[in-house]
Amino acid sequence: MSAVVLGERVPVGGAGRRSIGWWGLVTLIATEGALFAYLLFSYYYVFVQLGPSWLPERTPSLGLALPNTLILLASSATVWLAERGVRRGARGVALASLAATLVLGVVFTAIQIFEWKTKPYSMRSGAYGSMYFTITGFHMAHVAAGIVALALVFVWCAAGYLDRERHVPMLIGAAYWHFVDVVWLFVFATFYLVPRLW
Amino acid sequence: MSTVLPAAFDSAAVAEDVLEETWRTEPGLIGWLGSVDHKEIGKRYLVTSFLFLVAGGLEALYMRVQLAKPDQQVLTPEQYDQLFSMHGMTMIFLYALPVLSGFSNYLWPLLFGSRDMAFPRLNAASYWTYLAAGLFMYAGFALGQGPNDGWFNYVPYAERDFNPGLNMDFYALGMIFLGVSTTVGAVNFVVTFLRMRAPGMSIEKVPIMTWGTLTASIANILVVPAVSLAFFLLWLDRQAGTHFFDVDGGGQPLLWQHLFWMFGHPWVYAIVLPAIGMTSEGLQALCRRPLVCFELVALATVATMVLGFGVWVHHMFATGLPALALSFFSGASIIIAVPSVVAIFAWIATIWSGRPNRTTAFLFFVSVIVLFVIGGVSGVMTGSVPLDWQLTDTYFVVAHLHYVLIGINLFAVVGGLYFWFPKMTGRLLDERLGRWNFWTMFVGFNLAFLPMHVTGLLGMPRRIYTYPAGYGWDTLNLVTSVGSFVFAVGVLLLLVNIARGLRSGAPAGANPWDAPTLEWSVPSPPPSYNFATIPIIASRHPLWEPVTAADGERSRLRTELVLTEGRETLATSALDAELDLVVKMPGDTLSPFVLTVGLSAGFVGLLLGAAWLVVAGALLTAAATIAWLWPRRELAQVAGAPR
Amino acid sequence: MMPASVAARIVAASASAAEPLSYLRAYGPRADRTLPLTWALLVVSIAVVVTICVLVVVALVRSRANVQSATGDGRAVAWVYVGVAASSFLLAGTLVWTVRVLATVNAPSQPVGLTIEVTGEQWWWKVRYLDADPSRTVTTANEIHITTGTPVRVQLVGADVIHSFWVPALAGKTDTVPGQVNTTWIEASQPGRYRGQCTEYCGVQHAHMGFEVVAETPDAFARWLDAQIAPAAAAATPDAQRGEQAFEFRCGACHTVRGTAAGGSTAPDLTHLMSRQTIAAAAAPNEPAMLAAWMANPQAIKPGNHMPTLQLSGAELGEIEAYLLTLH
Repeated sequence: MSAVVLGERVPVGGAGRRSIGWWGLVTLIATEGALFAYLLFSYYYVFVQLGPSWLPERTPSLGLALPNTLILLASSATVWLAERGVRRGARGVALASLAATLVLGVVFTAIQIFEWKTKPYSMRSGAYGSMYFTITGFHMAHVAAGIVALALVFVWCAAGYLDRERHVPMLIGAAYWHFVDVVWLFVFATFYLVPRLW
Repeated sequence: MSTVLPAAFDSAAVAEDVLEETWRTEPGLIGWLGSVDHKEIGKRYLVTSFLFLVAGGLEALYMRVQLAKPDQQVLTPEQYDQLFSMHGMTMIFLYALPVLSGFSNYLWPLLFGSRDMAFPRLNAASYWTYLAAGLFMYAGFALGQGPNDGWFNYVPYAERDFNPGLNMDFYALGMIFLGVSTTVGAVNFVVTFLRMRAPGMSIEKVPIMTWGTLTASIANILVVPAVSLAFFLLWLDRQAGTHFFDVDGGGQPLLWQHLFWMFGHPWVYAIVLPAIGMTSEGLQALCRRPLVCFELVALATVATMVLGFGVWVHHMFATGLPALALSFFSGASIIIAVPSVVAIFAWIATIWSGRPNRTTAFLFFVSVIVLFVIGGVSGVMTGSVPLDWQLTDTYFVVAHLHYVLIGINLFAVVGGLYFWFPKMTGRLLDERLGRWNFWTMFVGFNLAFLPMHVTGLLGMPRRIYTYPAGYGWDTLNLVTSVGSFVFAVGVLLLLVNIARGLRSGAPAGANPWDAPTLEWSVPSPPPSYNFATIPIIASRHPLWEPVTAADGERSRLRTELVLTEGRETLATSALDAELDLVVKMPGDTLSPFVLTVGLSAGFVGLLLGAAWLVVAGALLTAAATIAWLWPRRELAQVAGAPR
Repeated sequence: MMPASVAARIVAASASAAEPLSYLRAYGPRADRTLPLTWALLVVSIAVVVTICVLVVVALVRSRANVQSATGDGRAVAWVYVGVAASSFLLAGTLVWTVRVLATVNAPSQPVGLTIEVTGEQWWWKVRYLDADPSRTVTTANEIHITTGTPVRVQLVGADVIHSFWVPALAGKTDTVPGQVNTTWIEASQPGRYRGQCTEYCGVQHAHMGFEVVAETPDAFARWLDAQIAPAAAAATPDAQRGEQAFEFRCGACHTVRGTAAGGSTAPDLTHLMSRQTIAAAAAPNEPAMLAAWMANPQAIKPGNHMPTLQLSGAELGEIEAYLLTLH
């Protein structure tokens, strides 16, 4: 078996993207991505059945949603910095970037909750409201899970658990956060941009 | 962070003592609750799913008493409706996939030359949540509040206006709970398949049976969210006043059907493809020759699943969709038969050109071929739209789905039990009783379900709690009822044989069937660590190499790969299976069990509307998760970990 | 009233329907065009199963004298290619035929004569005959009369939950889905009574949600429709008059009898109840004794149905029954 060279040096345990945990995250993202695909399918299905008259507003205000989108995108940048910091052994940079990411995540959530309160419709007022609050709510739950996960990474980083070689939690936390941000782009486009096309 | 693989131990026996000490599960309740051994979890899956099979079977027998004659009043309509809903839910969700997960959990690491699944703790969590979700749904039934809208649970009948009890809440929350189990189980299978194969077991050398579970698991990862979401939206409609499915608020009843069947049809393949894989594996071993067209059969498995994502609308032909859409989905539903044909003929060719070892397991596997074809041709008939408009929702469909689910799943499973029971227990099942077992089940099954096609052609609708005389259904129903009891006797004989085998079965030895795959290279039952040394694989049939690779390279079962620094096994690259990583495996732990307790509390809280219980459950779940994920030195997850 | 030849043919149609819900006999063009496909696929399916069984048995019992330990696929692989090729040929044929039949049954080939609106309710069928002249639009229940030889458009309205409209001798199923109107069509080639049934599970009395399609010659149908459009005749006997009053008071909130104060719409229209052959959505024959039993305790006959047990006194029951028996 020539492919296997015994005596070669082989990494052990949590070794970056070779680690089993990383592969688990990839499958988790696949199933979570599918979940959001079904959520958006549900929305577009009702949209197609009932037509644009179903939409409560053709030009939903971007006043809060657009800045909030930029905040979330910025948090992807900071989490990338954090990951780079961990990989390069710059713990201070990593902790600062993680803290910034957490703050941006909390701000995003707060603005989102505020925007919820401004909506003239509710979960119960009709299918559109049910869709809007459920889909953005699902996304917010994922943001919250991401905040908890990154907070744990912050704690582990501060405790000195992570270094250049052992940093799988950072990789996983960052990838999950990027995923949550990408999902938001689809949610944002669905609720704020697509209605303008009709 | 890297290691030089150690040289072999001087004495294999010393290594095995160390390994046994490292991998064994502590005796006692705590050890039992905390075990992450895939063999233990696999057996629990098998036992639990068989208990659900028996429960679902008794429900069916009760219904067959009611339907044995026209105008019977053994059951009230509500009782009958809960029984057929529980029967379908039990068999499809609590028996059919979990039993296959049991086999796969038990066998995969042994087939792959690994010491455990990729995520041992997730494996334990998958089992505990399955058990808890099953008990949750049965609790509703025990309280007279079981699901009562059939297993596919159409809205609006499932909405609160028409179904005010807790029945649907038990079902909706239970299915979301079960979805957790299915998803984490699927994740575990996929990553195990991709990473946990022994060095050298490149993708074309993977045992045929694992292809079924792999494709089923990929499908589950992608489609289980659809059904979990559907049930969640239903629960919101019922309890939070949303309007996803009710027309008055702009909701769409057919949205339920789309979400359900986008999940439901791939699921049907998910609960047969692993069983088809077991049949391929068993027939190959018992025909004492490699499976004919191995690559085509593996590809056909994958092709079935890919096409399986595009046929869900054939469950909705009568809902008023446009003819163009109907033609497309009709075409897909007919074409999907082609990959199945590949498997059928590959099996026949294997038997034809092999030297069959006509054991009971062999009889069961051969019967799968015949029953698969019957279920297959009736499936093609229902795929033909104009015909389906007549066939759908009659007993023809009931006959069809039972040929698929019993024919391909249960017969393969029982064959698998006769085949792998010796590996799991070290004891053989009795062959004489096995013959009785097989023929009783085979005759009983066909007596019950073959005439049912005619019952359907004569127009008997499914899901009616009684029927009048004079429709031509009386005799047929009586025959079906008799057949179902004969079939039940057959299942009982299986249980008797298992009980006797456990007590006094003949010793099996490591490889009673002279089978070619790695699980037969270790003792029966296998030691806690599976392999004293991780094997290095050179061909598809490592144990047949004296014949199949007479001149070629040989696999090596005794290697230098001992790995005794804690629980260790190897990970390899996904396609070529080149040595990639020494995996530090977690030991036994209570976190999966505690996590399940937390989730259970949360779901009970949601059911009862008890916010404090929901919060308590969520906190317990979060605590168990954090404890679980906390980086550990012994798993080489923290800075400066050894080696 | 009915020409003897027509009566004989109805008897023939009904008698041949010893299995009233069988779809292996067709009595209209839609079912006619599907039936050959049904039989062809049945026969091919059985042939395929028999062929495979024979192959399996031969493979099992054939002599192994010459069989060595096979390692490669060898000649056995030919089986797979031949089998897959033959099956693909059959499946492709099935697909082509399916699409052709679908095209011919999807819409009627000649103009539609009559449009009927059918609403699925838990657990009965509301039937409305639509007409441009609103005074000729009429509502009935559970018995659908049509003319022979002309396609009839059926508009299926969803009301409470999903049901499915099925008259196997005439056409396949179409669901009634809340929030949408599905259109299907039926046509009978000859007079007769054709049994229909709900086939989508809809609750506790799904089993007893039947109906009948009565196909008549155009003349007979025109007479029937005129009779249906007429309001109920006034009660003539004192018993029936007291019964009418009791009906209006006790039953009128749910049932309608046109020409009286009974105007409920949640239950079947009973204006011409006695023109129908069954009651309770074909759950029981429309005979005086059965009618009385039904009124006395509908839950005994169809447990869980939405008609309450009214605790009618013996006298009341007799009077209402006397009244109902006048509703021809």
